Amino acid sequence: MSTVTSTSASSRRIGEQIRYWLPAVVVFGLGIAAWQWLLPDVLGVEEFLLPRFSDVVQALVDERDKLLRGAWITFKEAFGGFVLGSGAAIVAALVLARWRPFGNALMPYMIAANAIPIIAFAPITNAWFGLLSPWSKVTIAAVLCFFPVLVNTLRGLTSVDPESIELMRSYAAPEREVFRRVRIPSSLPYVFSALKVASVLAMIGAVVGDYFGGSLDALGIVVLSAVNLSQYSTSWAAILVASIMGIAFYGAIALVERYALSWHPSVGRRGQ
Amino acid sequence: MKGDASVVSITGLSKVFGKGGVSALQGIDLQVERGEFVSLIGPSGCGKSTLLRIIGDIIEPTDGDVTVNGKPARRARLDRDYGIVFQAPVLYDWRTVVKNIALPLEMLGWDRAKRAARVREMVELVELSGFEKHHPWQLSGGMQQRVSIARALSFSPALLLMDEPFGALDEMTRERLNLELLRIWTETGSTVIFVTHSISEAVFLSTRVVVMSPRPGRVASIVPVDLPQPRTAGSREQPRFFELVTQVRESLHAVGADEVEETLSAAEESA
Amino acid sequence: MAFRRFAKRGLVFVLVLGGLWAFWEGYKWLWERTGWSRPFRVDDLTLPHVHTILLQLGEPTSTGDDLWLFLLRAALFTAKSAAVGFAFGAIVGFLLGVVLVQFDVLRRGVMPYVVASQTIPILALAPIVVRGLGSVSIGGEPPPDWVRVSVIASYLTFFPVTMNTIRGLRSADPRALELMHSYAARGWTVLWKLRVPSALPYIFTALKIAATASVVGAIIGEQTASIPNGLGGAILNFNQYYVLAPASLWATNLYAALLGIGFFLVVLAVEKGVVHRAPERLV
Repeated sequence: MSTVTSTSASSRRIGEQIRYWLPAVVVFGLGIAAWQWLLPDVLGVEEFLLPRFSDVVQALVDERDKLLRGAWITFKEAFGGFVLGSGAAIVAALVLARWRPFGNALMPYMIAANAIPIIAFAPITNAWFGLLSPWSKVTIAAVLCFFPVLVNTLRGLTSVDPESIELMRSYAAPEREVFRRVRIPSSLPYVFSALKVASVLAMIGAVVGDYFGGSLDALGIVVLSAVNLSQYSTSWAAILVASIMGIAFYGAIALVERYALSWHPSVGRRGQ
Repeated sequence: MKGDASVVSITGLSKVFGKGGVSALQGIDLQVERGEFVSLIGPSGCGKSTLLRIIGDIIEPTDGDVTVNGKPARRARLDRDYGIVFQAPVLYDWRTVVKNIALPLEMLGWDRAKRAARVREMVELVELSGFEKHHPWQLSGGMQQRVSIARALSFSPALLLMDEPFGALDEMTRERLNLELLRIWTETGSTVIFVTHSISEAVFLSTRVVVMSPRPGRVASIVPVDLPQPRTAGSREQPRFFELVTQVRESLHAVGADEVEETLSAAEESA
Repeated sequence: MAFRRFAKRGLVFVLVLGGLWAFWEGYKWLWERTGWSRPFRVDDLTLPHVHTILLQLGEPTSTGDDLWLFLLRAALFTAKSAAVGFAFGAIVGFLLGVVLVQFDVLRRGVMPYVVASQTIPILALAPIVVRGLGSVSIGGEPPPDWVRVSVIASYLTFFPVTMNTIRGLRSADPRALELMHSYAARGWTVLWKLRVPSALPYIFTALKIAATASVVGAIIGEQTASIPNGLGGAILNFNQYYVLAPASLWATNLYAALLGIGFFLVVLAVEKGVVHRAPERLV
């Protein structure tokens, strides 16, 4: 008897899931249909704005070597920048959390620095490292990641509830122990949230950084040269590849987060 | 009753927050003997939580002397002579129940075997067997507080400081935990200083009730509680219990704690 | 009392700027002295003196204006595109958010894509969009340059604002909602008196990010479509002649930084007036 009820319960759950996701799937289908027929045929959207879906897919297949090579180069730039920028930011956050008066004084400046258009510095990093060097894009990606990760990690390290600190005080715990046992574990949700944002920023830094000039094979250059040659399908295919990479990078971090934060009450419900 | 038997000895204590600011405590004199259960009760803002934190050397006094276990409060804290329980359980979400209880033992450098043995004892003491691997958010408020108490007692401190630990719980759970706390107190033989809002809780648990006046907090009166030990649920129904409750309530009135009447009786009526 | 706090903030400001200046000049001095080439070789071309950059602002440019004025005009051009795009994207984003919260089916259909938009580099679309719009004709003519650029600022603002509007509107405390029901309050009232105020902190978080993104989008848009009037065009221009006058490019970046910070501060100021949040303090 229990097996009968459990299968009907689980099939009900599956039914619920389907009903929940159905609108999104429908929208996806409608979107593709619109892309393929509505926009070009009915609305007369020109090819240079948005080529037909099938054309983009065709370009994806035809140019896959170039696109894959470009994706790999761009990914290396993005990932390198991500690791450098986030790493430096976490270290800086630990330091500023240790000497909180500095952290407090500098916080507004870090938030302001986050508002600087870093990408505009791409020509300068090109002057530093050379147009074709990946390091100029890595630097842009790293700086883009640095401030958001710093601000959020610092917030995480210092958003500890005061009674937790009082408890540690009652144990006569030195600052080092307070960090290890309280501040760092409780900052992890903030850190992962910041890392997810940083992954997107690093990708933007790498791809758009290439718009200022870069190695001929990088994805950004593929987009630009395709646009210049009016090969719009190829340029959209490259954007698609960049988007998929972005989602995959973000998803990888979300996966690590799920594992690292398995203890967190909201891990099941996280929909970031 | 002098220094040797006193676990806590406070003379002429006062505390002022900020420069020329709020005077929280004034001229507090209090002795707590070994094995006593002393409650601090008073209206909001009378400084009872502040007093508790000064005893625990979490806040520094402006004036006066605090001796714990015959040493200055700071030394007692560094020697970890007391355990503290707050109103919020202050447990760490990323640690299981047993790891939460083991926290102070880890910091004291106990080896794994000793830690495991003591934690097992503590889990039995607070009757949470079966929940060892749970995380705090999987437990009810009352259970979380029991973990908090187990943690505070894990290293067998002579003194237990408790700041309205059952304040956030419903009346039924609170009464049950009161009985458990008394059982633990007798079993471990520790001294307890207990801050509360509830007159009946104070009388039920304590050997003495210290009534404090509104800000600046002073010791208004001390009511010895001569109810027989061990106390049981039935103790709350004895005539002597009601007499003592009335005595404490009248002391509170006498210090002009009129608004306290409302908050205290409201708390008692919230069942 | 307030003056002391102001003076303290002012002191910190001076110290931070001074510290940055010292770090810059110190780095330059040390790297030039030792000739280290990692991470990059330092000389007057790659890292000009701070005072060189500032003095360059007084130099005349080919347009006849001195650099500081030239850059100011460029900054205003970029600011116009960015601001219009930002405002448009914010309003449309907010309205769409409100609509999607009212119609749950629509929300469930669209939300995953709005969320996905946060993980893809939409800025990468800038060249395609701006170039493409240059070939479109509206009323017989392609849209003016700054409009094409503001479209980018719009969509960079639109997605985060929509997402955060939805999140914010749905974040209303269920007990507060019940209270509203007990007042027999109808849809509109609940929306405006409860949900929208609850949503404001979230919306402003998105607006702060979008403020910067709009400026970035405007600059990139100008560059990829070779629009000369704004800061993007100025960067391209001075980049070409970098070897002759590196300080000009650095000065342009200074203006871009100030523009980005300026936009952010404007949104921050509005937020302070509208949303009453406790000030941030590190514990």
